[in-house]
Amino acid sequence: MNEQEFLEYVQAGGQVEVEDWMPDEYRAKLIKFIEMHGNSELMGVLPEREWILRAPTLQRKLALTAKVQDEVGHSQLIYRVVEDLGKPREQCLADLISGKAKFHNVFHYPTKTWGDVGVIAWLVDAAAIISQKALLKCSYAPYARIMKKICWEESFHILHGRDVILTLMNGTDEQRELVQEALDRWWGPLMQFHGNPIPAEDDPVVQWRIKTQGNEEARQQFLDGYVPQIWELGLTVPDPKLRKSDEGVWEYTEPDWDELKHVVTGHGPRTAERLEFRRISREETEWVRKVVLAEAA
Amino acid sequence: MIYEVFRQERKGVAFEHAGSVAAPDEAFARAYAHEQYGRRGESVALWVVPRGSILEVEDFVDELNKNYHRVDGYSLKAKLKEARERAGVPAGGGNTR
Repeated sequence: MNEQEFLEYVQAGGQVEVEDWMPDEYRAKLIKFIEMHGNSELMGVLPEREWILRAPTLQRKLALTAKVQDEVGHSQLIYRVVEDLGKPREQCLADLISGKAKFHNVFHYPTKTWGDVGVIAWLVDAAAIISQKALLKCSYAPYARIMKKICWEESFHILHGRDVILTLMNGTDEQRELVQEALDRWWGPLMQFHGNPIPAEDDPVVQWRIKTQGNEEARQQFLDGYVPQIWELGLTVPDPKLRKSDEGVWEYTEPDWDELKHVVTGHGPRTAERLEFRRISREETEWVRKVVLAEAA
Repeated sequence: MIYEVFRQERKGVAFEHAGSVAAPDEAFARAYAHEQYGRRGESVALWVVPRGSILEVEDFVDELNKNYHRVDGYSLKAKLKEARERAGVPAGGGNTR
């Protein structure tokens, strides 16, 4: 099989296994894409971790802890896939900490209130599950297979988030205000989440069928699924231009793509602090890895 | 060491490949597989297999075109039509008696 035949094979829905031949460019694109996903799962627990001790009830603490465990578990599964493609987990973590590798924009922001925790679990996870569901048909089969488990667990997180939001919305005016403020803070990053609306034919990740949906398609799906759910609670989406056209297409204010670029290249409001936390915890747990490997040897 | 993990969703159904775990020994491999693929009771059993122990067969060339043991080796439609015509049964079946 040559590169052109491989491209036709994956475009026709063909899937590739770990031992199969693949073009170097495909392998490189896979590693970059999947590694960023793994980094995002791992960094994504930090904004939530900050709230475990401050969660309002024991039940909420347990649920949040479980979510953090799930997300770290996802990063382990995902790094495992990257490792099989040729990049060791140690290297992924080193590149993450040094700032060389990227992670999703939404995990660079602070978690100001408990309202933010609800919005993250509900809407950030909803946005993420849309991208992840499209990966169930990824041309790289080992990645597609673990996505089944990941999507399944994300659905619990959305439930948890929705439950947090509904509880607040049924509470005092102050609690309702907390949710509205959090939504106002997160709407911009949420609209940037799925990326620039580059046409699928210009997106190499779509061409190799690593992703099976374009960025704008994912954003439209998100708006279609969640704006009505936001509205029905009496919340206001902070975008005066947001409306569904007669053709069924969502119109909205152009997201701030400069902010997206600035944030994911390591200049978000919490980027440095969270990477530093990652570096310290890696250093502090070094002895555990040594002991485990020594005992096993 | 890499271990492949197969999970069974409920008694009686086939084990399905779920993913892999990296572990320094069998005890850790079991523990990791249990955490990753059974924590929520989504599996009733797991098979955890060292990747090197899997014998893979993936060469299925059929040089002699032995279609007699495949479905496509039997095209009954035209023959059935002819047989029915000889028996005087109209197309689409129906009992003549």
